Amino acid sequence: MEVSALEGIADPEAATIERALPLLGFDAVGDMRVGRMFRFVVQASDAAAAQAAAEELAHRLLANPVIQRAEVAVHPLESEGAA
Amino acid sequence: MSSSGSGGVNVAVVVFPGSNCEHDTVEALSTVDARGELVWHTQLSLEGFDAIVVPGGFAHGDYLRTGAIARFSPVMEAVRQAAASGVPVLGICNGFQVLTEARLLPGALMRNAGGRFLCETVECEVISTSSALTANTSVGQRLRLPINHFEGNYTCAPDTLETLESSGQIALRYVSNPNGSMRSIAAVANRAGNVVGLMPHPERACTALMGSTDGQVLLGSFVQAAADRAGNSGTVAAVAAAGV
Repeated sequence: MEVSALEGIADPEAATIERALPLLGFDAVGDMRVGRMFRFVVQASDAAAAQAAAEELAHRLLANPVIQRAEVAVHPLESEGAA
Repeated sequence: MSSSGSGGVNVAVVVFPGSNCEHDTVEALSTVDARGELVWHTQLSLEGFDAIVVPGGFAHGDYLRTGAIARFSPVMEAVRQAAASGVPVLGICNGFQVLTEARLLPGALMRNAGGRFLCETVECEVISTSSALTANTSVGQRLRLPINHFEGNYTCAPDTLETLESSGQIALRYVSNPNGSMRSIAAVANRAGNVVGLMPHPERACTALMGSTDGQVLLGSFVQAAADRAGNSGTVAAVAAAGV
């Protein structure tokens, strides 16, 4: 799960990093957004159930919907075979 | 300035792992004739208290987001119930962050614009007197208060901002915006006015020795609101759990 600032919400950390880019010669890099990644295992009957559980977790705890959005990607654990 | 008639007001000062302003808060409350009592965050009941303060610090280490985990501490259900029944609830600095995460106050506190930790004394102006914190002040009154934060940049959705403006929920603004807060907001209240949060530290401005006693104006008002409500309890118990 990737949690980052909503579009239109100021991202001072990204802005600070962006200001350093020209100093390093990265003139072609812009639109920086800084987020945070959460990696965890969900036991669920299928991918849709895992997705729903992760989105519920994002909504209730891991992201603050007032200022953040969460993107969830579900990958089956290899040891358990394809879901 | 001590608020007459507020003697005997009992204030719960909620302590989370990582809180660090609780003792200052208890001390400051004593200067406005109130009795503060530390309450550990696992406590389930806040019965018998006339008001609640969620003090500053770094509740649960500020992990995840400021206030994000404190919101789920056991005591918060009692805070929620008290807030809904009209008990004055004040969040100072990290306490403000906790109350927004708990959705007892609208909006969120983000990293300061400019990316700097701020530790200075700022001037704030009273915008609305309809909150428990500012009821005893007058609109336009200026107060010198210390700020001490990294995440004090008040943010909310545009429609929320308009509601805050039109319903008098902006209690204080910074005279000179130090942290990028929308419309220079320093303190907001819920619609009923009994739940208030602010980033400045009134508890650190309660003796002349500390450079300002303006914090007593705010804490005195808050304690007075608690005393008034306690004196009328039963008649105002039905204060609606107004949505924030």
